[in-house]
Formats: sequence, C-alpha cells, structure tokens
Amino acid sequence: MATTVVMEALSPTMEEGRLVEWKKQPGDAVAVGDILAEVETDKAVMELVARAAGTLLKHAVAAGTTVPVGQALAYVGAAGEVVEGGPAAQTTPAAQGAQAAANGREKAPPTPVAAAAAPPAGGRLKASPLARKIAADRGLDLQAVTGTGPEGRIVLRDVETAGARQPTAGGRQATTTAPAPSRPQVVTPALTVAPGAAFTDVPLTQIRKTISKRLAQSIGPIPTFYLTAEADMTRAAEAREGLNALGEGKVSFNDIVIKATALALRQHPACNAWWQEDRIRYWADVHVAMAVAVEDGLITPIIRHADRKTLREIGAEAKDLALRARERKLMPEEYTGGTFSVSNLGMFDIDEFTAIINPPEAGILAVGRIADQAVAHEGQLAIRKRLRLTMSCDHRVIDGATGAQFLRTLVRMLENPLGMVW
Amino acid sequence: MAVITYRDALNQAIREEMRLDPSVFLMGEEVGVYQGAYKVSRGLLDEFGPMRVVDTPITELGFAGVGVGAAMVGLRPIVEFMTWNFALLAIDQVVNTAAKMRYMSGGQISVPAVFRGPGGSALQLAAQHSQAFESWYAHIPGLKVVMPATPADAKGLLKSAIRDEDPVVFIEGEMLYNTKGEVPEGEYLTPIGVADVKRAGTDVTLICHSKTVSVALKAAEQLAADGIDAEVVDLRTIRPLDHETVLASVSKTHRAVVVEEGWSFAGVGAQVVDVIQREIFDELDSPVLRVTGADVPMPYNKHLEKASKADPPKVIAAVKRVMYLES
Repeated sequence: MATTVVMEALSPTMEEGRLVEWKKQPGDAVAVGDILAEVETDKAVMELVARAAGTLLKHAVAAGTTVPVGQALAYVGAAGEVVEGGPAAQTTPAAQGAQAAANGREKAPPTPVAAAAAPPAGGRLKASPLARKIAADRGLDLQAVTGTGPEGRIVLRDVETAGARQPTAGGRQATTTAPAPSRPQVVTPALTVAPGAAFTDVPLTQIRKTISKRLAQSIGPIPTFYLTAEADMTRAAEAREGLNALGEGKVSFNDIVIKATALALRQHPACNAWWQEDRIRYWADVHVAMAVAVEDGLITPIIRHADRKTLREIGAEAKDLALRARERKLMPEEYTGGTFSVSNLGMFDIDEFTAIINPPEAGILAVGRIADQAVAHEGQLAIRKRLRLTMSCDHRVIDGATGAQFLRTLVRMLENPLGMVW
Repeated sequence: MAVITYRDALNQAIREEMRLDPSVFLMGEEVGVYQGAYKVSRGLLDEFGPMRVVDTPITELGFAGVGVGAAMVGLRPIVEFMTWNFALLAIDQVVNTAAKMRYMSGGQISVPAVFRGPGGSALQLAAQHSQAFESWYAHIPGLKVVMPATPADAKGLLKSAIRDEDPVVFIEGEMLYNTKGEVPEGEYLTPIGVADVKRAGTDVTLICHSKTVSVALKAAEQLAADGIDAEVVDLRTIRPLDHETVLASVSKTHRAVVVEEGWSFAGVGAQVVDVIQREIFDELDSPVLRVTGADVPMPYNKHLEKASKADPPKVIAAVKRVMYLES
C-alpha cells in the first residue's frame, strides 16, 4: 500500500507551498528522512523530508506547481506498485531517459519550463485549444511560453502572462528564456518592462502574497500614529569607532539602534506588546525583529533577548541572520516571535520614513540615515551627526505619551552610549 | 411573487390547464381519492370529478397504453407514474408507441401526452428505486424530456408540456416536492428546450439539471469564497438540448463541469460534452469534466448512498481541476 506524500505546513502561516524542485524521481529508493523536494513556503525555501521508506512511485505534481497544504505531492511504496491515477514506477525510467536525452540536463526534474523550452524528443508542444487560439490571434510564439498545466500544457493563464512579456511575434528565443532548473519560476527578466509594452505582469510569489496580505491587514484595521524624534549620534559614532578599532568584530549603527531599542523596551514594557484582538499581551522578554530586504521582498529575522546581548553578539548575529535571509535559508523559528521591529533605510540615504506595523506587534521603529547637520549644541552652532527616528504605534496598545516616553529613553540612550551599560 | 412549493406549483399547472381545456385529464395510481402519493393532485378530484381524475390499477403498462390511446384520439392525458422506477414496466408504451406514432403514421397521428412523476433517488430507497433514467428517454427520437429544478420552472414547463402536441417525459424529484420558491402570479408558460442561467459567473460553467442545480449552486457559493466565480446553467430541458445557452456560457468561461444525478456511462453529461467539444473546441482551456452518480447500483446503506451521489465537494474538486488549481 503506497504512502501519500502531502504538502506539509513548513511555516506557521503557510497555507500553500510551491514545489520548487524534486530531489527524488520516480523509481528512486527513498529512506525515512531523505530530502524529497524543495518547497517554497510563504517565507523561505524549505526541504520536504520523507516520512516513509520505499520507492518513489509517482509525482502527483510537477515542479513549479503551487498546492495547498495537505494536498498529495507524490506516492512512496513498493517498487512496481501501481498507484491510482497514474503509471507504475517501472514505466517512468524510460520517460526519464527520453527527457534526459532530449534536453541533456543531468538530473533536471521535468519542470514545465524545461518542457516548454525544450519539448522531449518525439513529443509535441501541449497547449489547450483556447491557448492556441489566443496565441495565433496575438502572434505569440508558443515555443517561448511556459506551460503550467498538467505535463507542461500551456493554458490560458500562461499565454496571458506571456502576452504581456512578449508583445511582438517571435520576439524571443526559447533558449534565452529557460531559467536555471533549480529556480524555474524566478521571473527576474520580467522586472524590466519590455520595450513597447505598457506593463509587465509578474505572478505573485508566495512571499509577496504574504507581504500584501499582512501589510493590508496592518494599514487597514490598525489605528496607527507616528512619533518622530531626532538623536544626536556624534558620541555613538565615536563609541562605534572605538569599538571597531578593537578589531574584534564590526559593530554597525543598526546594531547600536537594536541594542538601544531593546534596552528602552526593557524600561518601557508597555511598548513590548502584541495586540491579540481580545487582549494585549505584554512580553517579558525582548525579541527585536529586524527588517531585511531579500530578493523579492523582505523578512524580519529576530534578535532574541537583544537587551541581554552585547553589541558584539548582536553584530555577529545580525550579520549571520541577514546573510541567511538573503539566501532564504532561515528556519521559521528564526523569523517568528518578535516583540518589536526595527526597520532601517539609512543605508539608502533616506532621511526619515514611516514603517508599517508588523502585526501582532504594537510598534515598529523606522531608522533614517545619520547625516551631518548644523544644529545648536551647548549654546553654539555645531555640525553634529543627527539621526531621525520614527516610531509607528498601534494606538490600541500604545498611547501617545507611552510611545513618547519610550522614544525619549531611546534617544537619550543613543546620545549617551554609556547609558547602555549603566 | 408568491412563494410556494414545487408540489403546489405542479398542482397549479395541472389545475389551470384542466380549467382551460376540457380534453386535459389526469390518470395514475392514487391520483384521485388519495390525492397523489406525493399530493401533487390534491383537490383535483373534488374540482374535476372521477371522469377527469382517474385512479388506475397498479398496471403501469396498461394505463400508459390507455393514455397513449386517449392522446391518439384527441385527448390530452397527463399520466402520472408514482415514480419513474415503476415506469420501467411502461417503457414499451412510451418508447415504442408514444414516441413513434407521428413518424409511423406519416404525420397523421400525434400523441400529445405528458408522462410525469419523480425520478432519481430520494433517501435510502435502495438500488431499484433510486435511478435517474433521463438519459434513457432522451436517447429516443420523438420524445421530449423536461426536468425542472424550481417551482417556477415546474409550473411553467408543465403547462408547456400539457399544451405540447408531442409526448413529453416530465421528470420531477421526490426531494424537490417540498422545496419552495417564488412563482410568478397569473398565467405564464416556460418554453421547452430553453436552459436558464441560475447564477451568472465568469470563471467556470457548471451545467446541471433537476436536483443537481442546488448542488451546483451550493458549490458555486463555496467557490465564491475562494474567489472563483462560477456560472450555473440549468438545462431544464434535456431533449431538445439548448445548445445556444450552454455554448454561450462556456465560450465566456472557457471551462466547464457537467453535474448530473445519473450514472456516467452514456449519461446526459456525455451529450453535453460532445456538443461543447464539437462546437467550441477553440474556446476550451481544459477538458470538460463530469460529476455523476457512482457507477454502482444505489447502495441502501446511507453512508454509501451519500458517497455515491454528486455533491458540492465533488463539484468543487472538478472545478479546481478544470481551472488547473489542483491536479
């Protein structure tokens, strides 16, 4: 009796996942714990691990397909066993061979992209009648269209997507459109609008869907207000210079802001809280989430217990998290459970901005750039390093005065870095 | 508009037509004194008397033959079968006599009879009494097959059937008799051979008839929650099939699922799929799928019976497949 491999919930908010790449092919032996496939969740690319041993009999979905959690992905059972709705394992090596011979890729899974770009020898391009009609009407070259239907069939949505990217007939060669097999649906070329095209349609990735859902969730129902303050970072800059001169690991301004924020939160627990619909949850520990830009979105890895860590520890941890976030290798527990967020656009020379709250957290700090400014300092006009901080507060949790007190503590801490070790 | 039951809508249709035309009469088992096994003929014996509301013996072949004969000599019989399962005994009269008479007499003799009663399954009536036979009758040249899903359609279509010059097989549903719906005031006719869009949509067409109309509408409601906008086309008449409405809808949505109560093999849906693929092949973005009753004699066990029937989850699964949302 074959075991069904299903799409598992690999992150706490995952409702569907995209099968990026099959690591086991029909006919392959599978042991418990073997990696069957790579799955893109709403947050990261994760490994799907075998829960049963045997032979992989059949893939139920092709690479590149997005399926809801719980849906069958593949069947594992005794070699030669026939599973419902599909051929037995022994029929697949031949097909695999044909595929490998046709496109010369050593272990490339039969992704829709590969199928469309280089149809198997003796095979033909599969397209729905409607897709063929529309392609003919618009002068689209079906050879250059990626099919997302069963066995790479080109269907309506594929020609609609392609229509936006391929405005003139025969404009593209199939070979130039096939991306690397491991990332079949990365659509970076589409990010520049083709000459003459009015727009470019790019299908939403899982992470974009989650971002939109969560940000809309935020700006709509969350009554947000903003507090802005300016901190004099001259002494912090001196302190940083001194620390870095020790040669024991670099400390960035962002690390300093995270540390100071965590300590200020420790003093103002009213801001270290979650809105929970029917209650407010004030957290005992301080876990600062830091926004990190990744290839097509952002993610907020967490510096846990940031108030208890040294600047050097925070610096090392932040660097590691940011790196792995960009590689999409973060584990779910590394980006969930923050109690307050920090978002920094200073490196992009942004003076100041307002950040959108990441619910259920009640606040987020938007950090601008540090700039030399002429200001009154100790009764004199002086050039000082100034930093603008804007805090977005969920008014259901944080009142104006509460947020202002937190922000004042934070500014004082930054202006007097020794306050952090006091 | 008045809200009445499907049963009362049929009763109104028969009563109105009997008042308008003295050649119309009702015959069948228990239609008179007992007022109908499902009370469709309630009050008719009192109003029209035993010459026009005729209780018959339990002899389906016999009284169906009497009905055909009466129609051949100028009357307009409404022959009630207690269910279409019992009408298997009478099928020779319906198929071999009623359906053939106009052709075999060179157009001299028509058979303006209506054969009506509930078809398909109800609840736990088991293998012999849970069968949907519409595809059997729709197979026959010379018969019209009408299957209303709502009280308004039941009334308007039964009146049209009674006035039709040719034999009409009019299949109702035991589970439909108690359903309620708005019925227009006053005299109206619903034309035979015209389907009805019961719910407009853009993403997929659900083609259904009789009891499966409510199945499709429920599925459409649940699909709407997922952002899928389904159009529901109620065939209303199986033969002659309204190609125009079906093709217009599928040309718009490019995807279709046919839902029916009966078995899959050579079922009504097979005919619908044939028309779609032949007439509008280039409009299709996916193969047309069918949701039918399971290919088994209807189980008596209530769980197995439920599992054997077309239901909203099966329709939703088929919709997701034709939309390439699931494999």
